[in-house]
Amino acid sequence: MVADPRRSGQPDWLDMDAGPVVRPYTVTGGRVKPASGFDLVAFVVAAPLDRVDLAPLQPEHRAIIEVAQRPVAVAELSARVDLALGVVRVLLGDLLSAGLVASYEPQPAASLPDNDILQAVVNGLRAL
Amino acid sequence: MDSVHSDRPGEGQHIPIALKILIAGGFGVGKTTLVGAVSEIRPLQTEEVLSSASEATDDVSGVEGKTTTTVAMDFGRITINEDLQVYLFGTPGQDRFWFLWDELAFGALGAVVLADTRRLADCFPSVDYFETRNTPFVVGVNCFDGIQKHSPDSVRNALDLDPDVPVLLCDARDRQSGKDLLIALVEHVASRRGDRVAAH
Repeated sequence: MVADPRRSGQPDWLDMDAGPVVRPYTVTGGRVKPASGFDLVAFVVAAPLDRVDLAPLQPEHRAIIEVAQRPVAVAELSARVDLALGVVRVLLGDLLSAGLVASYEPQPAASLPDNDILQAVVNGLRAL
Repeated sequence: MDSVHSDRPGEGQHIPIALKILIAGGFGVGKTTLVGAVSEIRPLQTEEVLSSASEATDDVSGVEGKTTTTVAMDFGRITINEDLQVYLFGTPGQDRFWFLWDELAFGALGAVVLADTRRLADCFPSVDYFETRNTPFVVGVNCFDGIQKHSPDSVRNALDLDPDVPVLLCDARDRQSGKDLLIALVEHVASRRGDRVAAH
């Protein structure tokens, strides 16, 4: 069955309840071993779009690069490109080894946050 | 995938510090409601796919029989200032997703445990988990429909909490009430460390 491209792009016999039509780890070529790092709240930044050759990249890699033009937390990136966390981590590992993204991991909880930060959070919450 | 860029991406850009706070409690107690009440963005959802093959293999051979389960985690964000963001993660409600809790709790500032006095036992696993991990937490007693049936002290006794754990009545739908819970948590974190957060 072929979807009519003049329509919305989604064949109308599929809705959200049908679940994903592609198994989640298909986009990683079946690789499930997560790259190390990429904490939920690590910030990821991609190289500027005009300096990346997007042509050889998978659509999912491109989507990540586009969303990560500004620093974005890994959890938020996963939500915005609509891919499972584990999948996003594998793809981020690809991009990291290609030098196309950098990851800024959160500092270990033991050294963070100091009382100034806690004070800033309390003040910020009060001011909301 | 050739590298076309020698500088580290993000170099010179402003990278905020992100703090992680967990919103825990039993199924249907109002975790996502609370996240939505205080988040500056509509709660987002990220998914983790559990697969029986995920530990052992790194390719697609021999995984025909594997089963997958998707666990959704709701989260929201509060921007404190340009240097500081707070992420609020609702924990998955079912016990069989404990391993996800470990990832969520790793490096977390602390947790809010929501309790429903009609089903108080539902929050026991959350309380146990954070006590065992020594993660600071506060308990929010969600007063559905504004009805207060139990005092914070009776909830404290029922949960057998340490005397220093704050217990607050709250309304998970109310932004101010949610903010009060988070402020109580951050003050609790500071006081456990022997610091005091100045009152304003």
